[in-house]
Amino acid sequence: MIGYFLRRLVQSLLILLGVSIITFVLLYWLPADPVRQIAGRSATAQTVENIRQQLGLDQPLWVQYWRYLTGLVQGDLGRSYLQKTEVSTLIASRLPASLLLMAGAIFAELLLGLSMGIVAALRRSTTMDQSLMIVSFIGVSAPQFVVGLLLLYVFAVQLGWFPIGGYGTFSHLVLPSITLGILGSGWYSRMMRSSMIEVLRQDYVRTARAKGLTRLRVIFRHALPNAILPIIAMIGIDIGIFMGGIVVVESVFGWPGIGQLAWQAIQRVDIPIIMGVTLVSAIAIVIGNLLADLISLMVDPRIRTEL
Amino acid sequence: MKNFFATTAIALCFALPAGAEDYQPDPNAKSGGNIVVTYKDDVATLDPAIGYDWQNWSMIKSLFDGLMDYDPGTTDLRPGLAESYTISDDGMVFTFEMRNGVQFHNGREMTAEDVVYSFNRVTNPTTQSPGAGFFWSIKGYDAMASGEADALEGVTVEGPSTVRIELSRPDATFLHVMALNFASVVPREAVEASGDDFGKNPVGTGAFSLAEWTIGQRLVFAKNETYWRNGIPYLDQITFEVGQEPIVALLRLQNGEVDVPGDGIPPAKFQEVMGDPAQAGRVVEGGQLHTGYITLNTQMPPFDNADVRRAVNMAINKDRIIQIINGRAIAATQPLPPTMPGYTEGYEGYAFDPEAAKAMLAKAGFAEGFETELYVMNTDPNPRIAQAIQQDLAGIGITAGIKSLAQASVIAAGGEADQAPMIWSGGMAWIADFPDAANFYGPILGCSGAIQGGWNWSWYCNEALDEKSASADAIVDPARAGERLEMWSEIYMTIMEDAPWVPVFNEQRYTMKSPRMGGKDALYVDPVSIPVNYDYVFVTD
Repeated sequence: MIGYFLRRLVQSLLILLGVSIITFVLLYWLPADPVRQIAGRSATAQTVENIRQQLGLDQPLWVQYWRYLTGLVQGDLGRSYLQKTEVSTLIASRLPASLLLMAGAIFAELLLGLSMGIVAALRRSTTMDQSLMIVSFIGVSAPQFVVGLLLLYVFAVQLGWFPIGGYGTFSHLVLPSITLGILGSGWYSRMMRSSMIEVLRQDYVRTARAKGLTRLRVIFRHALPNAILPIIAMIGIDIGIFMGGIVVVESVFGWPGIGQLAWQAIQRVDIPIIMGVTLVSAIAIVIGNLLADLISLMVDPRIRTEL
Repeated sequence: MKNFFATTAIALCFALPAGAEDYQPDPNAKSGGNIVVTYKDDVATLDPAIGYDWQNWSMIKSLFDGLMDYDPGTTDLRPGLAESYTISDDGMVFTFEMRNGVQFHNGREMTAEDVVYSFNRVTNPTTQSPGAGFFWSIKGYDAMASGEADALEGVTVEGPSTVRIELSRPDATFLHVMALNFASVVPREAVEASGDDFGKNPVGTGAFSLAEWTIGQRLVFAKNETYWRNGIPYLDQITFEVGQEPIVALLRLQNGEVDVPGDGIPPAKFQEVMGDPAQAGRVVEGGQLHTGYITLNTQMPPFDNADVRRAVNMAINKDRIIQIINGRAIAATQPLPPTMPGYTEGYEGYAFDPEAAKAMLAKAGFAEGFETELYVMNTDPNPRIAQAIQQDLAGIGITAGIKSLAQASVIAAGGEADQAPMIWSGGMAWIADFPDAANFYGPILGCSGAIQGGWNWSWYCNEALDEKSASADAIVDPARAGERLEMWSEIYMTIMEDAPWVPVFNEQRYTMKSPRMGGKDALYVDPVSIPVNYDYVFVTD
């Protein structure tokens, strides 16, 4: 068990190293000059060269990367080119909001997705089943910007149930979580439906039923824990998907997370911020996957014995 | 006081012909109140040497002061931290008498030494100020820029409250430069204590001080009770909420939660707002010192042929492009916007005439047209505008492929001599840094900008015009200010003859405010304190 964990840890570190190299090289080859963004439109060629030297951007790629990596190992993400503030400060002030939104979104997508999936599986091949699957299809395909604005308009502006964007209380969290969660709930309802149908066919479910257990008890005590297993592994992957969606949702709802930070940094070629957010996202995804594996390990004895 | 009146006359001639003397505050203005202003983009910094964005420009103006300033809502210069100033006869030496008793937000009194420190700081290459180049005319600037000196030779303290600035060349725009955010006076001890984080912990002499900053969420400005301009500001507090989509900000304004949406009225909501009399009545419209243009790369065939560039000028239907942005602009005929001194009245520009354009193209040897590329920034409405331009070009046989890229990539392409044949400037277009005709020339149409990585994307370099612009800006005698503007008008007319640009439109600004906001409309579309002059607006409830 400990050996497995260590092996995974080393793998994760290698993945992060790979991510940092790829991102760094891509940003280096980007046809846009960060120094121009700093120097402004009235700068002379000399000013531009001065700034390039100060930032070490005149050095070869590998020298620049080595400098970044040595800083990184000491926990130094550098300073933003345009804000001049430490990247770690910027990320630390925004990361809690993003994590909270992500937790809210996971809760929303599980609540919506699993209940839809269970109902659809139990009412298999009925109108109910079909309409739920159409709803989930729409959820998967709808652009988040539109979904977000629609929810905001109906539930915040028209009905006044929730605040019109912003951050701070639980009611601020509801609409952005649902917006972000709707995408995942579409996937989950389909996964849950097929997984549930599969499990309901198993011998142990028939046995449980034969014992004379109530229908609800069969579903919640015997079928659900088994049907949910493949779902848990997906949550880890979700974190990666959310990192993309979070940019849009945060900007619609004025949610002060790292998505907005990344978006503005990309537009202004603020490389230290882009690198920092990418790495933090990669860490979140790696940890998510790691946790998913460990949880599967704990709930499913079959995997445990294979190790 | 004698000096003051003598020099006010100079300011009058350089700026717009309006009363630059005592600005009369609004008699209805009431003190007190807290307003909410929103912006989409986060505030990167409040360091006056660094900040150069839409959202932080007027915030910095409210936190800091410079030697010069403008009458609220106008482009008329007035003295700021300088109580008065004199200019030597040859225009080479400016002597500023500083106000006494002005305090920084940290309680220390501002001195002439602070002015010297601030100018040395902004021009020092290690500060990495995007505004350093504006100080080119101060003696010793070149040594500073190259890193050979660590103080400007031309800026010296003459007495406890007197600063003397000597120039290396006469510069008719110098007083405007002294009113730029980059020329704000900062206290040395606060800058040194915060280091690179001064932008997050600003200390100035301005009408407001920074009370709270929650990164990514909100900034709170509190009234400076000891501000040196009596009775200013009116508001007790301003809360800036950042990260808000313009469309959401407008919904919140309609719901009474926001007083001023800093990014204006989003295109999707414009018709709705203007169609509702109650809301339209609270919309403020104003001109801005802005021109949107298409650059034609004069070093890349076939745009090296002036006739081809003239033909393109005649092919563009500007009125249709203006419709794409809800009519929120007026058609441009020349590089300068109409509200800028030096604008050539009565010049019609190239009229929209596809037949004449085709004929001229044929004369230039391109009867069959040609293929080219149009670079454009990838945010709405710019790609749609590019499509309209593409259709207009197709009308005279030119096939233009659209390259829709991120802002930084378009800027990079424009800075290469052989990469972008045409660029639509939208989203990156020139808004004047200060209200003077010279500000539309150097970096974007002069030889100094036609360098690798420069902003002169048409790579137009006319050395005769460069000389003429230098001699125009050497005219510092107020009696000859009219002559100077005449020269600038001629410069832009020669440029139109050579046609390196297609001037397309001058954008109008539309801002909205909540019912309780008071103060003249001009404060909400201030040409200098962009977008809103926070020091002079007030609430009526």
